[in-house]
Amino acid sequence: MVDTLFIGLSLGSILLLVALGLTITYGAMGVINMAHGEMVMIGAYSTVLSGLYLGANFLVAIPIAFIVSGAIGWGIEWLLVRRLYGRLIDTLLATWGIAILLQQAVRLEFGLSFFGIHIDGLGPGLQNVDVPAFLRGTIPLLGTEINAFRSFIILVTAILTAATWFVMYRTSIGMQVRAVMRNRNMAAACGIDVKRVNALTFAYGSALAGVAGVMMSGFKTVFPDMGASMVVDGFMVVVVGGVGSLFGAVAASGILGEINGLVAAATNDILARAVVFGTVIVVIVLMPKGLFSFKGR
Amino acid sequence: MSLNRRSFLKSTALAGAGAIAAPGLMTRAALGADPIKVGVLFSQTGGLSIIEKSLADATLMAIAEINAKGGVAGRPIEPIIEDGASDPKTFNEKASKLVVRDRVPTVFGCYTSASRKAVLPVFEKRNNLLFYPTYYEGFECSKNVIYTGSAPNQQLSTFIPWIIKNLGKKKFFIVGSNYIYPREMAKVCKILIEANGAEWVADEYLELGHSEWGSMVNKIKSSGCDVVLSNVVGDSVVAFYREFKNQGLTHDVLPICASVTSEVEIAAMGAEYAAGSYTSFPYFQAIDSEANKAFVERYRAYVKDPKAVTHHAMESSYFQVYLFAQAAAKLGDKLTSNAIRDAVAGSEFDAPNGHVKIDPENLHTWLTPRIAQWQADGQGKIVDQLPAPIRPLPYSAYGETEANLFCTTAGLDSAKLKQ
Repeated sequence: MVDTLFIGLSLGSILLLVALGLTITYGAMGVINMAHGEMVMIGAYSTVLSGLYLGANFLVAIPIAFIVSGAIGWGIEWLLVRRLYGRLIDTLLATWGIAILLQQAVRLEFGLSFFGIHIDGLGPGLQNVDVPAFLRGTIPLLGTEINAFRSFIILVTAILTAATWFVMYRTSIGMQVRAVMRNRNMAAACGIDVKRVNALTFAYGSALAGVAGVMMSGFKTVFPDMGASMVVDGFMVVVVGGVGSLFGAVAASGILGEINGLVAAATNDILARAVVFGTVIVVIVLMPKGLFSFKGR
Repeated sequence: MSLNRRSFLKSTALAGAGAIAAPGLMTRAALGADPIKVGVLFSQTGGLSIIEKSLADATLMAIAEINAKGGVAGRPIEPIIEDGASDPKTFNEKASKLVVRDRVPTVFGCYTSASRKAVLPVFEKRNNLLFYPTYYEGFECSKNVIYTGSAPNQQLSTFIPWIIKNLGKKKFFIVGSNYIYPREMAKVCKILIEANGAEWVADEYLELGHSEWGSMVNKIKSSGCDVVLSNVVGDSVVAFYREFKNQGLTHDVLPICASVTSEVEIAAMGAEYAAGSYTSFPYFQAIDSEANKAFVERYRAYVKDPKAVTHHAMESSYFQVYLFAQAAAKLGDKLTSNAIRDAVAGSEFDAPNGHVKIDPENLHTWLTPRIAQWQADGQGKIVDQLPAPIRPLPYSAYGETEANLFCTTAGLDSAKLKQ
């Protein structure tokens, strides 16, 4: 039982890791960022490339991916997203386009493969990420052996969630973000530089996705399409938890992860996935704003 | 307006035709004879391009080699390359285009069963010919396909008895991706497991492309099995082997014995995760023969990647072009699909994996089953192989044996299937 619950917890932490950045960008900015999965992918490729060219360890890749994805996110906001605020469907399409561009950039090695130049670590193939030895085996817990790597993911997710909570609720920039989230125009009227807040939020959300990518690269497959399925899971959590609610995202990913884990243990993974989607539908039908949505004033 | 539209259509069609014909024009100029056009239909884009690109490369390499040696009876082979885009519907459209518009007598292509099933009606209706290089689930008997990958019996009929006898394993956990190939393979597995006096404890599936293995590996752990038989396909393989090790399972106690895991996936997951596990294929990069070593060298030079890996479906993509060329050389000018099929049936060739022969009855290929144990360097060490190629039996899951063939030149004997 402990190991089943642990797997549920682990599934939840992976969901949260991906959804954390989304819940901020979607909540604060009203931007459906379809390129969020590609930020995860870029984080994973940062791990591959920093390992290959800098000889960097898996753990060193975490800050590298944070910076790389954050910078790319900031660039996307500056180039495209800031021109589309308030146009929800347009942001969806535009960021989807960005997602495809990013995937192809990696697959075609930034176009260099047309000239017969090959960059190690890019291209259409599957990439290999070296995981430090202490994360490969198991650690004993409550009379059972649990997966060290999954425990590490849970730890990283907890740290990032705590850090995000701290930034959002205990710093002045966080207060500005929350003000923008509630009422953009009123926040602007009060002297908050909405553009700057938006750019920072988008960059931070992307950076979180980058860290998620490092974690994914250690136990999933790294290839250009890897982000596409994750963005769906991310939105699922955001929608169930309630848009813009950090606590909602934590609760929703925990609930969905445990449902997935328990149903998979009792029956099989395919049915578990169906049950998870069924739960999401029921939640949306009964509570269209999600489990924990704040009331607008 | 209509004139504009028409001239627009004409110019785009010309541009398209020019783009497609461009590589062919060069070879024609070089050899100065009327080229033999063939179709090459693999995914150049999309999720499956990871593998299919290598199949297309191997096909084009074989064509380039044949052309460099003077072509087929003085005529160069001109590949018309189409992109299936990892989508069965696109495969169907492109196959129609190659067969109907380009009138090629032969197409080399398809990797997944889904894409093969999608193009099959095109080849059967137009009585054309497809060379299909992938190991697949069997249960097919078409006059219009030459199957050069292994049939289920060529991967499993020696593998499962070997696991039971040499590894001393008795309880199988069968796991696969949720689609036709792993499900048909599981049927063959069960027949062989029971016939050899062992048992299977579970038969489980995960979605294709699924990469969350936590629950499944936990189930394997608590199932009491002593060997895992994996028909897991594609990028899921990487996540599976990693999770397996991360949950503390080891291949010396509970080995994964796979029908699909190849050099490509091993390189991606990191050799340490697979070291000690087994795979059954007719071809491994590690086959210790001059022919194979030279093949690996040539392939690496061709794709300009000194670390490129070779694998079973890729090697089949390569030698099937030679089988075609042999047949075409005999036929001279009468290159129809029917004539090519009749000439290929029963023909033989020395491929990198050894001697291969197309079965004259069912048009599948005689191949040599091999079992390899993956080593820490990412290569398979061949631990057992049959002395000679064995007959392909596409209906072994339904009781087909060498003495009782279901699929013959007369077509499928469906009365036998119903028994």
